[in-house]
Amino acid sequence: MPKIALFVTCVNDVAFPSTGIAAVRVLERLGVEVDFPEAQTCCGQMQYNTGYPAEAKPLAEKFAGDFRGYDAVVVPSGSCGAFVRDVHPRLLGADDPPPVYELTEYLVDVLGAQDVGAYFPHRVAYHPTCHSSRLLKLGDRPTRLLRRVAGLELVELPGAQECCGFGGTFSVKNPDVSAAMGADKVAHAVESGAEYLIAADNSCLMHIGGTARRSEAPIKTLHLAEVLASTADSPYGASA
Amino acid sequence: MKDVYLGMPSFPEAARTATKDERLRANLTRATHTIRDKRAKAVTEIEDWAELVEAGKAIKDHTLRHLDEYLLQLEAKVTEAGGQVHWARDAAEANRIVAGLVKAADGGGDQIREVVKVKSMATQEIGLNEALAAEGVAAYETDLAELIVQLGDDLPSHILVPAIHRNRTEIRDIFRANMARYGRPAPEGLTDAPADLAEAARLHLREKFLRAKVAVSGANFMIAETGTLVVLESEGNGRMCLTLPETLISVVGIEKVIPSFRDLEVFLQLLPRSSTAERMNPYTTMWTGTAAGDGPRTFHLVLLDNGRTDTLADTVGRQALRCIRCSACLNVCPVYERAGGHAYGSAYPGPIGAILSPQLRGTASEIDASLPYASSLCGACFEACPVAIDIPEVLVHLRARVADAEPGHRAERAAMQAATYAMTHPAAYRAAEAAAIKARRLLPPDRKLPLGPAKAWTETRDLPELPKQTFRQWWKENHR
Repeated sequence: MPKIALFVTCVNDVAFPSTGIAAVRVLERLGVEVDFPEAQTCCGQMQYNTGYPAEAKPLAEKFAGDFRGYDAVVVPSGSCGAFVRDVHPRLLGADDPPPVYELTEYLVDVLGAQDVGAYFPHRVAYHPTCHSSRLLKLGDRPTRLLRRVAGLELVELPGAQECCGFGGTFSVKNPDVSAAMGADKVAHAVESGAEYLIAADNSCLMHIGGTARRSEAPIKTLHLAEVLASTADSPYGASA
Repeated sequence: MKDVYLGMPSFPEAARTATKDERLRANLTRATHTIRDKRAKAVTEIEDWAELVEAGKAIKDHTLRHLDEYLLQLEAKVTEAGGQVHWARDAAEANRIVAGLVKAADGGGDQIREVVKVKSMATQEIGLNEALAAEGVAAYETDLAELIVQLGDDLPSHILVPAIHRNRTEIRDIFRANMARYGRPAPEGLTDAPADLAEAARLHLREKFLRAKVAVSGANFMIAETGTLVVLESEGNGRMCLTLPETLISVVGIEKVIPSFRDLEVFLQLLPRSSTAERMNPYTTMWTGTAAGDGPRTFHLVLLDNGRTDTLADTVGRQALRCIRCSACLNVCPVYERAGGHAYGSAYPGPIGAILSPQLRGTASEIDASLPYASSLCGACFEACPVAIDIPEVLVHLRARVADAEPGHRAERAAMQAATYAMTHPAAYRAAEAAAIKARRLLPPDRKLPLGPAKAWTETRDLPELPKQTFRQWWKENHR
């Protein structure tokens, strides 16, 4: 039985625990043993990308310590996954890091799964977040998984490749441009006719969803893991 | 750099105005998306595009590593071919040299009072037109878009299409109102039909080409091996300037040198497809010094440093010097599309400007200190760059430089340190988490954080209400 360590990420831990729970459910359903190293906290991306590499380094060191010895680390976030994989080795001087997989990479590449036995009877659009598509190069892994979800209708998102405008501290340092980008993303999501906008990053979804709620736009946001965790027996929303 | 950019407001402030300008937004969105789509198509036509990009990057990196040797070789070759080479440490020195050369040029007994200009980023960078004006010399832009900008008393807002922020109705109004001030007036009853606007510009400019004794240009490339300068353009107005006047003065950044003629092949493919999305640009003019009875009789090359050597000293930031000014990064940038080019406060707008200006000018001014943050780090620029400049990497690197240098970032650093402390001390982390969950909010009230991030967020967005339980608590209760 494959065994992984879940890096839930600090944002998911505090603000979107349902995403972490969903990731655990999907992985366990597919026969994976999930461990959650409880010392884990944050990857340090915010510090690093805001210009504080010295403040990010202790977190990279801590991450390496917390996840040492695991065969695989699975992260339900494209952005944190990319940061850990691309930047941590640079910060630490390439000290044999554990293999880190974003959730869909692990499902598709390692488990060879396409149909994860999910059921989600809704019309959805998928937003390829910038870091998951340009840094991790997830490609069509997320949509391959989504297409095999029973009851799910996947519709095209206009301007899918365009950034939503979150950008970490960019969202508060350049709030006007960030908001303008967010408003366009919400407009595109509404235009797609989807009920849910799905992505692999909750921080982007927090920005898009917060923009949508403020403008009362008819679109809901949801992390991909929660779609994949939803089954006919235990559909999304029933137990939450 | 250019006086007109001194005292520019910070990027977020300038962008705030731009995001609310509906006409500007519409002009920019239409223009950038059109050229963005065309570029994508032009690039996929070439099977080995990725290899070409690698080659372009490698040639530039090699040249930059041996810049001293190639510049000396270039100087020797240009001199051998009848040109004169001048070295300018900064903008002021370059302007002084050019003004001196213009005044000393042969005007057939009269002092030269005007020059025609080929579109050039280097002369925008140093504010040459303003410097010449102060010396009583009028510099006339002959690139159509630069002409529109000049006639409109405006500033360029894009590297390739400097008047991208203007639509044709605005251009017609600018021509009608201001052409007469600069020379031949706009024809009676000028419409906003593109052909009519182009004809008006043609008549206006033709007069200047035929009269000009001195031309000023930049260059896209300089070939060390032969001493050849290369200008790529679309209109042919550049070629008019490069061939008709008796004296040609070219102001070129030192990073524009490439080793050999063969290397040009790579860039003649990369540049047009990345900038105008053409397979080949309509006019490529090359000249090597002077030739008897053909073209300018006197040729001066002013090699411009203006911060480039300092940039070269930075191992992460130096990749910005690979830039070939194609502007592909501007056309794919979601921030540029919404903020517009003027918000970047320099001749170099968009992502490349955000990493170039703070390096060439330093980060002391408000605008330069704010530029590294003018990006969501989405990476679209890196993806489009034909010489693989990792713009996000340089942005983050420059943010660290700003944070280290600016006293204004003390509060932010304290907040980052506090966050790191909490994240590396389990008890502190648990306490912070518990407090957040108890308050059911993600950000503490504004007064506790620098820069008012909570307010900046909540002006346009709701914050998620925090759940009753963290993941960690769920795991403990249900799983362990």
